[in-house]
Amino acid sequence: MSGNGASSSSLNMISGEDVVNNNLSALVVDDSPLLRLLHDIHLKKYGLKVQVAENGKVAVDLFHLGASFDLVLMDKEMPVMNGVEATKELRAMGVTSMIVGVTSKNGPGEQQAFMEAGLDYCFEKPLTPEIISFLLEELNKHNNKN
Amino acid sequence: MDLVQLQRQLVDYRTSLYHEGFLDEQFTQLQSLQDENNPDFVVEVVSLFFEDSERLLNELSKALEQQVIDFKRMDAQVHQLKGSSSSIGAHRVQKLCIVFRNYCEAQNVEGCLKCLQQVKHEYGIIKTKLESMFQLEQQILNAGGSIPV
Repeated sequence: MSGNGASSSSLNMISGEDVVNNNLSALVVDDSPLLRLLHDIHLKKYGLKVQVAENGKVAVDLFHLGASFDLVLMDKEMPVMNGVEATKELRAMGVTSMIVGVTSKNGPGEQQAFMEAGLDYCFEKPLTPEIISFLLEELNKHNNKN
Repeated sequence: MDLVQLQRQLVDYRTSLYHEGFLDEQFTQLQSLQDENNPDFVVEVVSLFFEDSERLLNELSKALEQQVIDFKRMDAQVHQLKGSSSSIGAHRVQKLCIVFRNYCEAQNVEGCLKCLQQVKHEYGIIKTKLESMFQLEQQILNAGGSIPV
């Protein structure tokens, strides 16, 4: 599921408050301070521990240093290293975190290229509470299996 | 003006911003993220939007004054402005950015110049309106009241 233009009704929504997320960590990768703050606060409201990175290279370097995150929100267009390159590099390193691409309203072709880099999902920014609830539910399902 | 009147004025003012298309539901979502742990969240995010926008609008103005216009760089800047305006629900600014990007792609100088003026105009309006709204909120808090949802 790419999540491209996924409507709220097609997602299995539960309230984020219904899900305990105290053990989940997230990395928000975006060159916009505004988007970093927005997604940071949004995810913290759901109980996640959040770090931020201003471009793909900072994100990749964090993983090289041994950091790990359950969820990575990856912006597509960033200076130094963009989201497509960063995602490819993380997957080549063996990173199995859920990586969710966050894009502007581009055509389906652009999201497709981003998905092919190794994303689990791709959504338009900014993420809505419904999308975040869906992602956290998926993360919790995945963690409960392991 | 007493507290109840101030609160009513704020509700009416906010409603008009949505009704007139200045703000969209994304601003409502922003407000929903503000709580006792992040009491100034909306003001912080909107302040970032103001800083971002003013920087980008300056850069776009300079770019269009150059002999050789770098449309690709301009497009990237308009893309950023579109992203941040969308994130705070600044609907009219966001819509104009979409048009602006089309002109950048077409390398249409006249179109870009016209769009830049329109974006500056709409940005100026939304900035004034949001600042007025925050002032009204502060008056309510200073009077010992709470901000109506």
